[in-house]
Amino acid sequence: MLKKSNIIVVTLGIALFIFLPNCKKGAATATLASDAASRVYVAPGEKDEVYAFLSGGFSGQMSVYGIPSARLFKIIPVFSVFPENGYGFDEETKDMLKTTHGYVPWDDSHHVEASMTDGKQDGRWMFLNANNTPRLARIDLKSFETKEILEIPNTAGNHASPFATENTEYLMAATRFSVPVPQSNVSIDSFSKGGFKGTVTMVKVDKNSGRLSIELQVLVPGFNYDLSHCGKKKSHDWCFFSSYNSEQAHKMLEVGASKKDKDFILAFNWVRAKECKDQGKAYNFGGEYVNNFKDENKPAVSTKLSGVKMLNPKDCPGMMYYMPTPKSPHGTDVDSTGEYIVGGGKLASVIPVHSFSKMMEVKDKKEHHSTEIEGIPVLKYESTLAGEVQKPCLGPLHTEFDGQGYAYTSCFVSSEVVKWKLGTWEVVQHLPAYYSVGHLSIVGGSSTEPYGKYLIAMNKITKDRYLPVGMELPQSAQLYDISSGKAELLSDFPTVGEPHYSQMIPAKLIMDKTAKLFPLEENKHPYATKSENDAKIVKLGNTTHIYMTAIRSHFKPDIIEARTGETLYFHVTNLEQDYDIPHGFAIGGAPNMTNLLIMPGETRTFKWVAPKPGIYPFYCTDFCSALHQEMQQYIRVSP
Amino acid sequence: MGLLSFLTIFACGGEKTEETPASNAGSKGIGPVSSVTIGALDQSMADRGKKQFEAKCSACHKFEEKVVGPALQDVTLRRTPEWIMNMILNPMEMTQKDPIGQELLAEHLVQMTFQNVKEEEAREILEYFRKMDLK
Ligand SMILES: [Cu+2]
Repeated sequence: MLKKSNIIVVTLGIALFIFLPNCKKGAATATLASDAASRVYVAPGEKDEVYAFLSGGFSGQMSVYGIPSARLFKIIPVFSVFPENGYGFDEETKDMLKTTHGYVPWDDSHHVEASMTDGKQDGRWMFLNANNTPRLARIDLKSFETKEILEIPNTAGNHASPFATENTEYLMAATRFSVPVPQSNVSIDSFSKGGFKGTVTMVKVDKNSGRLSIELQVLVPGFNYDLSHCGKKKSHDWCFFSSYNSEQAHKMLEVGASKKDKDFILAFNWVRAKECKDQGKAYNFGGEYVNNFKDENKPAVSTKLSGVKMLNPKDCPGMMYYMPTPKSPHGTDVDSTGEYIVGGGKLASVIPVHSFSKMMEVKDKKEHHSTEIEGIPVLKYESTLAGEVQKPCLGPLHTEFDGQGYAYTSCFVSSEVVKWKLGTWEVVQHLPAYYSVGHLSIVGGSSTEPYGKYLIAMNKITKDRYLPVGMELPQSAQLYDISSGKAELLSDFPTVGEPHYSQMIPAKLIMDKTAKLFPLEENKHPYATKSENDAKIVKLGNTTHIYMTAIRSHFKPDIIEARTGETLYFHVTNLEQDYDIPHGFAIGGAPNMTNLLIMPGETRTFKWVAPKPGIYPFYCTDFCSALHQEMQQYIRVSP
Repeated sequence: MGLLSFLTIFACGGEKTEETPASNAGSKGIGPVSSVTIGALDQSMADRGKKQFEAKCSACHKFEEKVVGPALQDVTLRRTPEWIMNMILNPMEMTQKDPIGQELLAEHLVQMTFQNVKEEEAREILEYFRKMDLK
């Protein structure tokens, strides 16, 4: 009874909302779902059902939330320095942010990808892209720490990245900003004459270690490659990339890149690409890049690499096809069966769905080709089309699948999520979103086996949703329950940075495998001090290494003498072998260095150049015991 | 019902008992060790225990004086072998529920940590304590 009346209210709310986007009353009314509060309530001591990993957008980080409570658990530093725990500052992690451009302590991170085994989430790693200075990162889900960063050469704007193949054989990375490849000083209008290029990079993921390496790059026409998703099951060998600005406009893009009625989804057969490489059809190409790897409890090792194997599409027939897709497509999403490839045309009035089987049937038949671009056949739109969702909404962007035959598409302009049926292409539900929704995520939604209970929508605008906090309002995500016939809005929550995309994983896949401490016996850090008896100070000319230990509630050694200008390395080992007892380390006034958080059994290094003479306190910053305040000492600096 | 059981648990964990330490002198404590066989001092076992002690315990314990935790001289005379091993292996529960453990926490105010010591390593540390107490 109660439920029924609420559905009516919700529907009314949507109607109001569509016509009056700024009608606050409509927005407020629509959130009054019946028992939503109890469905997101996780009682004290109880655990959430799902982990949500959200990319941080321009924060360059990844954040971890519990679903359904939407409680924020952690911010994992990836591409940006993190003063809270010293990431990017200390001797162990600063090399993680090294690039061929030098030390780059920030990035713009858009897409989170989960590792998969046989198409199913395996809870081993998360991957994240850096759009601005092209990089890819691997985050380990035992320690929830960034373990590896790989720079991608010969590209600019690593946006269509890091999308994984069905078994995490490869991660794909494609150019958003086409540029001269190799880089050169040319007039910018040569973009319009085809002088700029894009690349698609295949990054190999080692099956056991997760280590990343560049297998191959493919030189593609200079469009803007926006997003990707790889096939599954029958479409296992393929990845699909959306592209816009096939006009190759180089100024006033909002007009110039929107002239054509259709842009393209690029279908890429990565198995075929590898085959061509193995047959020697790829050539040696330049490109400097850096690989940074942080082994457990050891300083990161940064390796400079040079050169890639490059392949031209015309030298590898059968590798690439363009499928025309209306209009300025953003999302290109493959359903859980691997049959449907859904385009999200930002400016399109339909949601086009390509059929993988049709594509396979027609791809090499000339009568289904309309033209060819730089060796890549362009298939006819109707030839691969499975169907179109008619007038779904305004500005369809990105689609996720619930594994029950339904698809959910986000609509940026009309601020809603539309639910529609695969096969019949009919819209079955409009769900309001507040406001300007970008990506969506369903638990396991990009795998072959969605755990289709929750959907989150990640929004760009939050006007009127929360207490205002000055001019910059928090971005937000909204949680929907999609487990029954009608999806329902449960809650919304502010997020860190711009929540661009997310992967959600059932908690049971991860929670019992998380690391609790580093066993001291296994600490292989070159400056580890495994027992307080081994704590020592070693002077080497003007450099001093302090092998320091931390345990509740003291440091050893605890009296340090130095001379102005001397470089001191405090290699601090946390001797605790107890769960959840990190110690902190900070020195008053230390420039260029923040706080360190040292996990049980871990060694980290605080570099400090002794300043002008005086007494400088250092102390533990992580409240560790009743005598935490006493965990402090002094450095004396003499002239 | 929920409130009741919560109160009961709280009482178990936090309430001080009236028992005096003397009546606990023979206590085996709370933990995985219910009985230990003690024989003649095993030198090599004590040496292995010394190594463990220095790596994992010496940051907080000395024999002759209180540092973070209590001085350990004569500990094998004050406590049963089982109690010592349970304190090493299960310090959190011991300081919450064992009367002696509770008093020690009240006195020293720092939660003793479980240092990821295996049961046979705790036995070796005990042997080292026995060796030190024979001096
Ligand atoms: Cu501390």
